[in-house]
Amino acid sequence: MIDSTQPSAANRVTPFIKVKNVWQEYGDQVVLERLNLNIAEGEFCTLVGTSGCGKSTFLRLLLGQERPSRGEILLNGQPLPHEPDASRGVVFQRYSVFPHLTVLNNVALGLALPRAPVFGRLIGRARREANEEAAAILHKVGLGQSLDKYPAQLSGGMQQRLAIAQALVMKPRVLLLDEPFGALDPGIRKDMHALLLELWQEIRLTVFMVTHDLSEGFTLGTRLMVFDKPRIDPGAPNAYGACITYDIPLNSDRRLARAAVEALPKHIASGLNSAA
Amino acid sequence: MRLINIKPGKPGRLLLLLLPLALLVLVYLSYSAQRLEANPSDKLLPSATQMVDAIDRLAFEPDRRSGDYLFWQDTASSLQRIAIGLGISALIGLCLGVAAGTIPLFSAPLSPLLTVLSMIPPLALLPILFIVFGLGELSKVVLIVIGITPIIARDLEQRAREIPPELLVKAQTLGANTWTLILRVVLPQLLPRLLISLRLVLGSAWLFLIAAEAIASTDGLGYRIFLVRRYMSMDVILPYVAWITLLAWAMDYGLRRLTQFAFPWYEGAKS
Repeated sequence: MIDSTQPSAANRVTPFIKVKNVWQEYGDQVVLERLNLNIAEGEFCTLVGTSGCGKSTFLRLLLGQERPSRGEILLNGQPLPHEPDASRGVVFQRYSVFPHLTVLNNVALGLALPRAPVFGRLIGRARREANEEAAAILHKVGLGQSLDKYPAQLSGGMQQRLAIAQALVMKPRVLLLDEPFGALDPGIRKDMHALLLELWQEIRLTVFMVTHDLSEGFTLGTRLMVFDKPRIDPGAPNAYGACITYDIPLNSDRRLARAAVEALPKHIASGLNSAA
Repeated sequence: MRLINIKPGKPGRLLLLLLPLALLVLVYLSYSAQRLEANPSDKLLPSATQMVDAIDRLAFEPDRRSGDYLFWQDTASSLQRIAIGLGISALIGLCLGVAAGTIPLFSAPLSPLLTVLSMIPPLALLPILFIVFGLGELSKVVLIVIGITPIIARDLEQRAREIPPELLVKAQTLGANTWTLILRVVLPQLLPRLLISLRLVLGSAWLFLIAAEAIASTDGLGYRIFLVRRYMSMDVILPYVAWITLLAWAMDYGLRRLTQFAFPWYEGAKS
Protein backbone atom coordinates (compact mmCIF):
# COMPACT_ATOMS: atom_id res chain seq x y z
CA MET A 1 0.00 0.00 0.00
CA ILE A 2 1.19 3.49 -0.78
CA ASP A 3 1.18 6.06 1.95
CA SER A 4 -0.42 9.16 0.41
CA THR A 5 1.62 11.48 2.63
CA GLN A 6 4.76 10.33 0.83
CA PRO A 7 4.83 12.25 -2.45
CA SER A 8 8.03 10.60 -3.62
CA ALA A 9 6.37 7.21 -3.48
CA ALA A 10 3.21 8.51 -5.13
CA ASN A 11 5.23 10.13 -7.88
CA ARG A 12 6.63 6.81 -8.91
CA VAL A 13 3.10 5.77 -9.81
CA THR A 14 1.92 8.89 -11.69
CA PRO A 15 4.58 11.49 -12.39
CA PHE A 16 3.54 15.10 -11.86
CA ILE A 17 4.36 15.99 -15.44
CA LYS A 18 4.60 13.37 -18.13
CA VAL A 19 5.83 14.25 -21.60
CA LYS A 20 4.81 11.52 -24.04
CA ASN A 21 6.63 11.38 -27.37
CA VAL A 22 6.25 15.08 -28.09
CA TRP A 23 7.23 16.53 -31.48
CA GLN A 24 7.00 20.14 -32.50
CA GLU A 25 7.13 21.07 -36.18
CA TYR A 26 6.56 24.35 -37.99
CA GLY A 27 5.91 23.43 -41.61
CA ASP A 28 8.98 21.53 -42.80
CA GLN A 29 11.05 22.57 -39.84
CA VAL A 30 11.28 20.03 -37.05
CA VAL A 31 12.16 21.80 -33.82
CA LEU A 32 11.67 19.13 -31.21
CA GLU A 33 11.45 15.39 -31.64
CA ARG A 34 10.89 12.32 -29.51
CA LEU A 35 10.66 14.05 -26.15
CA ASN A 36 9.83 11.64 -23.35
CA LEU A 37 10.09 12.82 -19.77
CA ASN A 38 8.75 12.08 -16.34
CA ILE A 39 9.09 14.93 -13.92
CA ALA A 40 8.40 14.63 -10.22
CA GLU A 41 6.68 17.39 -8.31
CA GLY A 42 9.10 19.84 -6.73
CA GLU A 43 11.87 19.25 -9.25
CA PHE A 44 13.98 22.24 -10.32
CA CYS A 45 14.69 21.56 -13.99
CA THR A 46 17.16 23.73 -15.83
CA LEU A 47 17.08 23.59 -19.64
CA VAL A 48 20.29 24.42 -21.47
CA GLY A 49 21.45 24.21 -25.07
CA THR A 50 22.52 26.36 -27.99
CA SER A 51 20.30 29.09 -29.39
CA GLY A 52 17.43 27.90 -31.52
CA CYS A 53 17.48 24.33 -30.25
CA GLY A 54 13.96 24.37 -28.91
CA LYS A 55 14.36 25.13 -25.19
CA SER A 56 11.99 28.04 -25.35
CA THR A 57 9.65 26.10 -27.62
CA PHE A 58 9.47 23.38 -24.98
CA LEU A 59 8.69 26.03 -22.37
CA ARG A 60 5.91 27.43 -24.55
CA LEU A 61 4.48 23.93 -24.87
CA LEU A 62 4.46 23.58 -21.09
CA LEU A 63 2.86 27.00 -20.82
CA GLY A 64 0.10 26.06 -23.26
CA GLN A 65 0.99 28.91 -25.58
CA GLU A 66 1.60 26.35 -28.33
CA ARG A 67 0.18 22.91 -28.98
CA PRO A 68 2.58 20.03 -29.78
CA SER A 69 2.33 18.70 -33.35
CA ARG A 70 2.50 15.14 -32.03
CA GLY A 71 2.33 13.51 -28.63
CA GLU A 72 0.94 14.98 -25.46
CA ILE A 73 1.89 16.45 -22.12
CA LEU A 74 0.08 15.26 -19.01
CA LEU A 75 -0.15 17.27 -15.82
CA ASN A 76 -1.18 15.04 -12.91
CA GLY A 77 -2.45 12.51 -15.44
CA GLN A 78 -4.62 15.08 -17.20
CA PRO A 79 -3.83 16.57 -20.63
CA LEU A 80 -2.39 20.06 -20.29
CA PRO A 81 -4.88 22.86 -21.10
CA HIS A 82 -4.09 24.40 -24.49
CA GLU A 83 -3.97 27.97 -23.24
CA PRO A 84 -2.09 29.69 -20.44
CA ASP A 85 -3.88 29.66 -17.10
CA ALA A 86 -3.33 30.32 -13.42
CA SER A 87 -1.88 26.85 -12.72
CA ARG A 88 1.40 27.77 -14.45
CA GLY A 89 3.27 30.94 -13.60
CA VAL A 90 5.77 32.44 -15.99
CA VAL A 91 8.61 34.94 -15.96
CA PHE A 92 10.03 36.11 -19.28
CA GLN A 93 13.35 37.82 -19.90
CA ARG A 94 11.52 41.05 -20.79
CA TYR A 95 7.96 42.38 -20.77
CA SER A 96 6.93 40.35 -17.75
CA VAL A 97 5.41 43.21 -15.77
CA PHE A 98 2.67 45.66 -16.66
CA PRO A 99 4.11 49.14 -17.26
CA HIS A 100 0.84 50.91 -16.46
CA LEU A 101 0.47 49.49 -12.94
CA THR A 102 2.41 50.32 -9.81
CA VAL A 103 4.53 47.60 -8.21
CA LEU A 104 1.79 46.82 -5.69
CA ASN A 105 -0.95 46.74 -8.32
CA ASN A 106 1.15 44.53 -10.58
CA VAL A 107 0.98 41.84 -7.90
CA ALA A 108 -2.52 42.62 -6.61
CA LEU A 109 -3.81 42.24 -10.19
CA GLY A 110 -3.27 38.49 -9.95
CA LEU A 111 -5.36 38.37 -6.80
CA ALA A 112 -8.15 40.44 -8.33
CA LEU A 113 -8.52 38.86 -11.77
CA PRO A 114 -9.68 35.35 -10.76
CA ARG A 115 -12.12 36.75 -8.19
CA ALA A 116 -13.61 39.56 -10.28
CA PRO A 117 -14.46 38.10 -13.69
CA VAL A 118 -16.59 41.09 -14.73
CA PHE A 119 -14.77 44.23 -13.59
CA GLY A 120 -11.30 42.78 -12.97
CA ARG A 121 -11.12 44.84 -9.76
CA LEU A 122 -11.73 44.19 -6.10
CA ILE A 123 -13.38 46.72 -3.83
CA GLY A 124 -13.54 47.37 -0.11
CA ARG A 125 -12.27 44.71 2.26
CA ALA A 126 -11.33 42.22 -0.45
CA ARG A 127 -9.19 44.90 -2.06
CA ARG A 128 -7.47 45.77 1.22
CA GLU A 129 -6.73 42.12 1.92
CA ALA A 130 -5.38 41.58 -1.58
CA ASN A 131 -3.14 44.62 -1.20
CA GLU A 132 -1.84 43.31 2.12
CA GLU A 133 -1.13 39.90 0.64
CA ALA A 134 0.62 41.52 -2.34
CA ALA A 135 2.67 43.78 -0.05
CA ALA A 136 3.72 40.76 2.03
CA ILE A 137 5.12 38.87 -0.94
CA LEU A 138 6.77 42.04 -2.26
CA HIS A 139 8.53 42.49 1.09
CA LYS A 140 9.75 38.91 0.78
CA VAL A 141 11.39 39.56 -2.60
CA GLY A 142 12.89 42.82 -1.36
CA LEU A 143 10.55 45.33 -2.99
CA GLY A 144 8.88 46.51 0.20
CA GLN A 145 10.21 50.04 -0.29
CA SER A 146 8.98 50.44 -3.86
CA LEU A 147 5.28 49.60 -3.66
CA ASP A 148 4.10 52.81 -5.32
CA LYS A 149 6.70 52.99 -8.06
CA TYR A 150 6.05 52.16 -11.69
CA PRO A 151 8.16 49.37 -13.28
CA ALA A 152 9.98 51.90 -15.50
CA GLN A 153 11.41 53.42 -12.29
CA LEU A 154 12.92 50.08 -11.22
CA SER A 155 16.24 48.56 -12.26
CA GLY A 156 16.28 45.41 -14.38
CA GLY A 157 16.89 43.16 -11.37
CA MET A 158 14.09 44.78 -9.41
CA GLN A 159 11.73 44.32 -12.34
CA GLN A 160 12.53 40.60 -12.42
CA ARG A 161 11.94 40.37 -8.65
CA LEU A 162 8.58 41.96 -9.28
CA ALA A 163 7.85 39.50 -12.08
CA ILE A 164 8.68 36.58 -9.75
CA ALA A 165 6.50 37.97 -6.97
CA GLN A 166 3.70 38.48 -9.48
CA ALA A 167 3.94 34.84 -10.60
CA LEU A 168 4.23 33.41 -7.09
CA VAL A 169 1.27 35.27 -5.63
CA MET A 170 -0.94 33.00 -7.74
CA LYS A 171 0.51 29.97 -5.91
CA PRO A 172 1.10 28.13 -9.18
CA ARG A 173 2.23 24.50 -9.05
CA VAL A 174 4.58 25.04 -11.97
CA LEU A 175 6.84 28.02 -12.51
CA LEU A 176 8.29 28.56 -15.99
CA LEU A 177 11.28 30.85 -16.37
CA ASP A 178 12.48 31.86 -19.84
CA GLU A 179 16.01 33.21 -19.36
CA PRO A 180 14.78 35.35 -16.51
CA PHE A 181 18.20 36.68 -15.54
CA GLY A 182 19.71 36.87 -19.04
CA ALA A 183 19.74 40.66 -19.09
CA LEU A 184 21.10 41.18 -15.56
CA ASP A 185 24.70 41.78 -14.54
CA PRO A 186 26.55 39.02 -12.66
CA GLY A 187 26.30 40.46 -9.12
CA ILE A 188 22.56 40.99 -9.33
CA ARG A 189 22.22 37.58 -10.94
CA LYS A 190 23.77 35.95 -7.86
CA ASP A 191 21.26 37.70 -5.58
CA MET A 192 18.46 36.53 -7.81
CA HIS A 193 19.73 32.92 -7.62
CA ALA A 194 19.67 33.08 -3.84
CA LEU A 195 16.16 34.51 -3.86
CA LEU A 196 14.88 31.93 -6.31
CA LEU A 197 16.34 29.00 -4.36
CA GLU A 198 14.92 30.35 -1.13
CA LEU A 199 11.47 30.62 -2.63
CA TRP A 200 11.74 27.19 -4.25
CA GLN A 201 12.67 25.62 -0.94
CA GLU A 202 9.82 27.34 0.84
CA ILE A 203 7.02 26.68 -1.62
CA ARG A 204 6.12 23.32 -3.10
CA LEU A 205 6.94 24.34 -6.62
CA THR A 206 8.09 22.65 -9.80
CA VAL A 207 10.41 24.94 -11.76
CA PHE A 208 11.46 24.85 -15.40
CA MET A 209 14.14 27.35 -16.21
CA VAL A 210 15.64 28.03 -19.62
CA THR A 211 19.13 29.47 -19.39
CA HIS A 212 22.11 30.18 -21.60
CA ASP A 213 24.41 30.15 -18.62
CA LEU A 214 25.63 26.60 -18.04
CA SER A 215 26.94 27.33 -14.54
CA GLU A 216 23.60 28.84 -13.61
CA GLY A 217 21.99 25.62 -14.80
CA PHE A 218 24.31 23.54 -12.64
CA THR A 219 24.00 25.64 -9.47
CA LEU A 220 20.25 26.02 -9.43
CA GLY A 221 18.85 22.82 -10.86
CA THR A 222 18.10 19.49 -9.31
CA ARG A 223 17.89 18.20 -12.84
CA LEU A 224 19.75 19.55 -15.85
CA MET A 225 18.44 18.84 -19.33
CA VAL A 226 20.61 19.50 -22.35
CA PHE A 227 18.81 20.12 -25.63
CA ASP A 228 20.75 19.25 -28.75
CA LYS A 229 20.33 17.93 -32.25
CA PRO A 230 21.71 14.40 -32.32
CA ARG A 231 21.18 14.01 -36.07
CA ILE A 232 22.12 16.63 -38.59
CA ASP A 233 21.57 16.35 -42.33
CA PRO A 234 23.89 18.97 -43.90
CA GLY A 235 21.68 19.12 -47.00
CA ALA A 236 18.50 19.73 -45.01
CA PRO A 237 19.33 21.39 -41.69
CA ASN A 238 15.69 21.55 -40.65
CA ALA A 239 14.86 17.91 -41.26
CA TYR A 240 15.73 16.75 -37.76
CA GLY A 241 14.84 18.41 -34.49
CA ALA A 242 16.46 18.64 -31.10
CA CYS A 243 15.85 16.27 -28.27
CA ILE A 244 17.20 15.95 -24.75
CA THR A 245 20.67 14.48 -25.09
CA TYR A 246 21.69 14.63 -21.43
CA ASP A 247 19.40 14.45 -18.42
CA ILE A 248 21.54 14.86 -15.33
CA PRO A 249 20.32 14.72 -11.72
CA LEU A 250 22.05 17.40 -9.64
CA ASN A 251 22.30 18.77 -6.14
CA SER A 252 20.86 15.57 -4.73
CA ASP A 253 21.44 16.86 -1.18
CA ARG A 254 18.99 19.67 -1.76
CA ARG A 255 16.49 17.41 -3.42
CA LEU A 256 16.73 14.93 -0.57
CA ALA A 257 16.44 17.64 2.06
CA ARG A 258 13.33 18.89 0.42
CA ALA A 259 11.84 15.45 -0.03
CA ALA A 260 12.51 14.74 3.64
CA VAL A 261 10.76 17.91 4.72
CA GLU A 262 7.83 17.06 2.48
CA ALA A 263 7.62 13.58 3.94
CA LEU A 264 7.02 15.03 7.40
CA PRO A 265 3.44 15.58 8.54
CA LYS A 266 2.20 18.95 7.35
CA HIS A 267 2.07 20.87 10.64
CA ILE A 268 5.69 20.04 11.49
CA ALA A 269 6.91 20.85 8.00
CA SER A 270 5.26 24.27 7.96
CA GLY A 271 6.83 24.98 11.34
CA LEU A 272 10.24 24.14 9.92
CA ASN A 273 9.73 26.35 6.89
CA SER A 274 8.74 29.39 8.84
CA ALA A 275 11.70 28.87 11.18
CA ALA A 276 14.13 28.75 8.27
CA MET B 1 31.72 71.57 -35.32
CA ARG B 2 29.23 69.62 -37.38
CA LEU B 3 25.76 71.10 -37.78
CA ILE B 4 24.18 67.96 -36.35
CA ASN B 5 26.00 68.48 -33.02
CA ILE B 6 25.07 72.12 -32.46
CA LYS B 7 22.23 72.39 -29.94
CA PRO B 8 20.54 75.69 -29.09
CA GLY B 9 20.44 76.72 -25.42
CA LYS B 10 17.25 77.73 -23.65
CA PRO B 11 17.21 81.44 -24.64
CA GLY B 12 18.43 80.49 -28.07
CA ARG B 13 15.58 78.09 -28.53
CA LEU B 14 13.03 80.74 -27.58
CA LEU B 15 14.59 83.13 -30.03
CA LEU B 16 14.51 80.53 -32.80
CA LEU B 17 10.87 79.79 -31.94
CA LEU B 18 9.80 83.42 -32.25
CA LEU B 19 11.99 84.36 -35.20
CA PRO B 20 9.93 82.80 -38.05
CA LEU B 21 6.65 84.00 -36.54
CA ALA B 22 7.96 87.55 -36.12
CA LEU B 23 9.29 87.46 -39.67
CA LEU B 24 5.91 86.39 -41.07
CA VAL B 25 4.12 89.17 -39.17
CA LEU B 26 6.70 91.71 -40.27
CA VAL B 27 6.45 90.75 -43.94
CA TYR B 28 2.65 90.93 -43.77
CA LEU B 29 2.58 94.32 -42.04
CA SER B 30 5.01 95.89 -44.48
CA TYR B 31 3.07 94.66 -47.52
CA SER B 32 -0.20 95.74 -45.92
CA ALA B 33 1.19 99.24 -45.23
CA GLN B 34 2.43 99.48 -48.82
CA ARG B 35 -0.93 98.57 -50.33
CA LEU B 36 -2.91 100.79 -47.98
CA GLU B 37 -0.64 103.70 -48.81
CA ALA B 38 -1.40 103.29 -52.50
CA ASN B 39 -5.12 102.72 -51.93
CA PRO B 40 -6.61 103.39 -48.45
CA SER B 41 -9.77 101.41 -49.24
CA ASP B 42 -7.85 98.28 -50.23
CA LYS B 43 -9.44 95.19 -48.64
CA LEU B 44 -6.91 92.50 -49.42
CA LEU B 45 -4.31 93.09 -46.72
CA PRO B 46 -6.00 94.95 -43.86
CA SER B 47 -3.86 96.66 -41.23
CA ALA B 48 -3.66 95.50 -37.63
CA THR B 49 -5.99 98.30 -36.50
CA GLN B 50 -8.61 97.33 -39.07
CA MET B 51 -8.56 93.73 -37.87
CA VAL B 52 -8.78 94.76 -34.20
CA ASP B 53 -11.75 96.98 -35.05
CA ALA B 54 -13.51 94.20 -36.92
CA ILE B 55 -13.07 91.70 -34.08
CA ASP B 56 -13.99 94.35 -31.53
CA ARG B 57 -17.24 94.84 -33.41
CA LEU B 58 -17.99 91.11 -33.64
CA ALA B 59 -16.91 90.18 -30.13
CA PHE B 60 -18.00 93.06 -27.94
CA GLU B 61 -20.98 94.63 -29.68
CA PRO B 62 -24.27 92.75 -29.99
CA ASP B 63 -25.32 92.01 -33.55
CA ARG B 64 -27.92 94.52 -34.72
CA ARG B 65 -30.20 91.86 -36.18
CA SER B 66 -30.04 89.02 -33.65
CA GLY B 67 -28.55 90.72 -30.56
CA ASP B 68 -25.92 87.95 -30.23
CA TYR B 69 -22.23 88.49 -29.78
CA LEU B 70 -21.34 86.81 -33.05
CA PHE B 71 -17.68 85.98 -32.35
CA TRP B 72 -18.43 84.10 -29.14
CA GLN B 73 -21.57 82.55 -30.58
CA ASP B 74 -19.54 81.23 -33.54
CA THR B 75 -16.80 79.96 -31.24
CA ALA B 76 -19.25 78.18 -28.93
CA SER B 77 -21.10 76.49 -31.81
CA SER B 78 -17.92 75.30 -33.50
CA LEU B 79 -16.34 74.08 -30.28
CA GLN B 80 -19.48 72.19 -29.35
CA ARG B 81 -19.60 70.45 -32.73
CA ILE B 82 -15.94 69.52 -32.70
CA ALA B 83 -16.05 68.33 -29.08
CA ILE B 84 -19.04 66.06 -29.71
CA GLY B 85 -17.46 64.83 -32.94
CA LEU B 86 -14.11 64.07 -31.29
CA GLY B 87 -15.78 62.42 -28.27
CA ILE B 88 -17.91 60.08 -30.36
CA SER B 89 -14.99 59.28 -32.68
CA ALA B 90 -12.71 58.52 -29.75
CA LEU B 91 -15.25 56.13 -28.24
CA ILE B 92 -16.05 54.28 -31.48
CA GLY B 93 -12.41 54.30 -32.58
CA LEU B 94 -11.28 52.86 -29.26
CA CYS B 95 -13.85 50.05 -29.35
CA LEU B 96 -13.08 49.14 -32.97
CA GLY B 97 -9.34 49.42 -32.46
CA VAL B 98 -9.32 47.22 -29.36
CA ALA B 99 -11.57 44.63 -30.99
CA ALA B 100 -9.51 44.51 -34.18
CA GLY B 101 -6.14 44.65 -32.48
CA THR B 102 -6.71 42.17 -29.67
CA ILE B 103 -9.15 39.50 -30.80
CA PRO B 104 -8.06 37.64 -33.96
CA LEU B 105 -11.62 36.53 -34.67
CA PHE B 106 -12.80 40.17 -34.84
CA SER B 107 -9.67 41.32 -36.59
CA ALA B 108 -10.29 39.11 -39.64
CA PRO B 109 -13.44 40.96 -40.78
CA LEU B 110 -12.72 44.36 -39.17
CA SER B 111 -9.19 45.19 -40.35
CA PRO B 112 -9.85 45.05 -44.12
CA LEU B 113 -13.16 46.86 -43.62
CA LEU B 114 -11.50 49.67 -41.68
CA THR B 115 -8.80 49.97 -44.33
CA VAL B 116 -11.38 50.31 -47.09
CA LEU B 117 -13.58 52.71 -45.09
CA SER B 118 -10.64 54.96 -44.32
CA MET B 119 -10.02 55.32 -48.06
CA ILE B 120 -13.43 56.95 -48.71
CA PRO B 121 -12.96 60.71 -48.96
CA PRO B 122 -15.33 61.95 -46.23
CA LEU B 123 -16.11 65.20 -48.04
CA ALA B 124 -17.50 63.18 -50.94
CA LEU B 125 -20.05 61.80 -48.50
CA LEU B 126 -21.15 65.25 -47.33
CA PRO B 127 -24.07 65.53 -49.81
CA ILE B 128 -25.31 62.11 -48.66
CA LEU B 129 -25.10 63.25 -45.04
CA PHE B 130 -27.09 66.38 -45.82
CA ILE B 131 -29.71 64.29 -47.61
CA VAL B 132 -29.95 61.69 -44.85
CA PHE B 133 -29.47 63.78 -41.70
CA GLY B 134 -30.71 67.14 -42.93
CA LEU B 135 -28.84 70.41 -42.66
CA GLY B 136 -28.83 70.52 -38.84
CA GLU B 137 -26.12 69.85 -36.28
CA LEU B 138 -26.22 66.09 -36.79
CA SER B 139 -24.78 66.04 -40.30
CA LYS B 140 -21.84 68.24 -39.26
CA VAL B 141 -20.98 66.01 -36.29
CA VAL B 142 -21.41 62.89 -38.42
CA LEU B 143 -19.00 64.27 -41.01
CA ILE B 144 -16.32 64.72 -38.34
CA VAL B 145 -17.02 61.23 -36.96
CA ILE B 146 -16.88 59.59 -40.39
CA GLY B 147 -13.74 61.49 -41.24
CA ILE B 148 -11.61 60.67 -38.23
CA THR B 149 -12.97 57.46 -36.67
CA PRO B 150 -11.28 55.10 -39.18
CA ILE B 151 -7.96 56.87 -38.60
CA ILE B 152 -8.22 56.54 -34.82
CA ALA B 153 -9.43 52.94 -35.06
CA ARG B 154 -6.59 51.90 -37.36
CA ASP B 155 -3.99 53.66 -35.23
CA LEU B 156 -5.25 51.99 -32.04
CA GLU B 157 -5.47 48.63 -33.77
CA GLN B 158 -1.81 48.96 -34.63
CA ARG B 159 -0.92 50.03 -31.07
CA ALA B 160 -2.87 47.12 -29.62
CA ARG B 161 -0.86 44.76 -31.83
CA GLU B 162 2.34 46.32 -30.52
CA ILE B 163 1.57 45.31 -26.94
CA PRO B 164 4.16 42.55 -26.29
CA PRO B 165 2.49 39.11 -26.48
CA GLU B 166 4.36 38.26 -23.27
CA LEU B 167 2.11 40.66 -21.39
CA LEU B 168 -1.03 39.01 -22.73
CA VAL B 169 0.29 35.56 -21.78
CA LYS B 170 1.27 36.86 -18.36
CA ALA B 171 -2.21 38.26 -17.77
CA GLN B 172 -3.68 34.88 -18.62
CA THR B 173 -1.41 33.15 -16.11
CA LEU B 174 -2.73 35.67 -13.57
CA GLY B 175 -6.24 34.38 -14.20
CA ALA B 176 -7.61 36.92 -16.66
CA ASN B 177 -10.44 36.05 -19.02
CA THR B 178 -10.65 37.77 -22.41
CA TRP B 179 -12.82 40.56 -21.08
CA THR B 180 -10.78 41.37 -17.97
CA LEU B 181 -7.59 41.10 -20.01
CA ILE B 182 -8.90 43.85 -22.28
CA LEU B 183 -10.24 45.85 -19.35
CA ARG B 184 -7.15 45.76 -17.14
CA VAL B 185 -4.25 45.29 -19.57
CA VAL B 186 -5.08 46.37 -23.13
CA LEU B 187 -7.41 49.31 -22.48
CA PRO B 188 -5.26 51.15 -19.91
CA GLN B 189 -2.24 50.82 -22.18
CA LEU B 190 -4.16 52.20 -25.16
CA LEU B 191 -5.74 55.21 -23.42
CA PRO B 192 -2.63 57.44 -23.59
CA ARG B 193 -2.21 56.36 -27.17
CA LEU B 194 -5.82 57.40 -27.84
CA LEU B 195 -5.07 60.92 -26.60
CA ILE B 196 -2.05 61.11 -28.89
CA SER B 197 -4.14 59.80 -31.76
CA LEU B 198 -6.73 62.53 -31.05
CA ARG B 199 -3.98 65.14 -31.19
CA LEU B 200 -2.94 63.86 -34.60
CA VAL B 201 -6.47 64.01 -36.05
CA LEU B 202 -7.31 67.46 -34.62
CA GLY B 203 -6.32 69.11 -37.89
CA SER B 204 -8.58 66.84 -39.93
CA ALA B 205 -11.43 67.34 -37.48
CA TRP B 206 -11.23 71.11 -37.92
CA LEU B 207 -11.04 70.68 -41.68
CA PHE B 208 -14.27 68.68 -41.77
CA LEU B 209 -15.96 71.06 -39.37
CA ILE B 210 -15.12 74.17 -41.41
CA ALA B 211 -16.16 72.40 -44.62
CA ALA B 212 -19.53 71.39 -43.21
CA GLU B 213 -20.14 74.83 -41.73
CA ALA B 214 -19.17 76.54 -44.96
CA ILE B 215 -21.77 74.63 -46.96
CA ALA B 216 -24.77 74.60 -44.65
CA SER B 217 -24.94 76.41 -41.34
CA THR B 218 -26.30 79.48 -39.59
CA ASP B 219 -23.40 80.05 -37.23
CA GLY B 220 -19.91 78.78 -36.50
CA LEU B 221 -16.41 79.95 -37.26
CA GLY B 222 -16.34 78.33 -40.69
CA TYR B 223 -19.76 79.75 -41.54
CA ARG B 224 -18.63 83.29 -40.66
CA ILE B 225 -15.48 83.07 -42.76
CA PHE B 226 -17.39 81.91 -45.80
CA LEU B 227 -20.17 84.45 -45.20
CA VAL B 228 -17.92 87.51 -45.08
CA ARG B 229 -15.93 86.27 -48.05
CA ARG B 230 -18.74 87.75 -50.17
CA TYR B 231 -17.77 91.22 -48.96
CA MET B 232 -14.05 90.41 -49.15
CA SER B 233 -13.79 91.18 -45.45
CA MET B 234 -10.23 90.07 -44.95
CA ASP B 235 -10.26 92.04 -41.70
CA VAL B 236 -12.62 89.37 -40.30
CA ILE B 237 -11.29 86.33 -42.12
CA LEU B 238 -7.67 86.69 -41.06
CA PRO B 239 -8.36 87.07 -37.29
CA TYR B 240 -10.85 84.19 -37.50
CA VAL B 241 -8.21 81.96 -39.10
CA ALA B 242 -5.74 82.97 -36.40
CA TRP B 243 -8.38 82.27 -33.73
CA ILE B 244 -9.12 78.81 -35.15
CA THR B 245 -5.41 78.06 -35.20
CA LEU B 246 -5.09 79.19 -31.60
CA LEU B 247 -8.06 77.06 -30.51
CA ALA B 248 -6.66 74.00 -32.29
CA TRP B 249 -3.25 74.57 -30.74
CA ALA B 250 -4.79 74.99 -27.27
CA MET B 251 -6.67 71.70 -27.70
CA ASP B 252 -3.47 69.98 -28.75
CA TYR B 253 -1.62 71.42 -25.77
CA GLY B 254 -4.44 70.44 -23.39
CA LEU B 255 -4.46 66.87 -24.67
CA ARG B 256 -0.70 66.66 -24.27
CA ARG B 257 -0.81 67.90 -20.68
CA LEU B 258 -3.69 65.51 -19.94
CA THR B 259 -1.60 62.59 -21.25
CA GLN B 260 1.30 63.55 -18.98
CA PHE B 261 -0.95 64.10 -15.99
CA ALA B 262 -3.21 61.07 -16.31
CA PHE B 263 -0.61 58.53 -17.48
CA PRO B 264 2.65 59.28 -15.68
CA TRP B 265 3.96 55.81 -16.57
CA TYR B 266 3.66 56.42 -20.28
CA GLU B 267 7.02 57.17 -21.91
CA GLY B 268 5.56 58.73 -25.04
CA ALA B 269 3.83 61.33 -22.88
CA LYS B 270 7.03 63.30 -22.51
CA SER B 271 7.41 64.21 -26.16
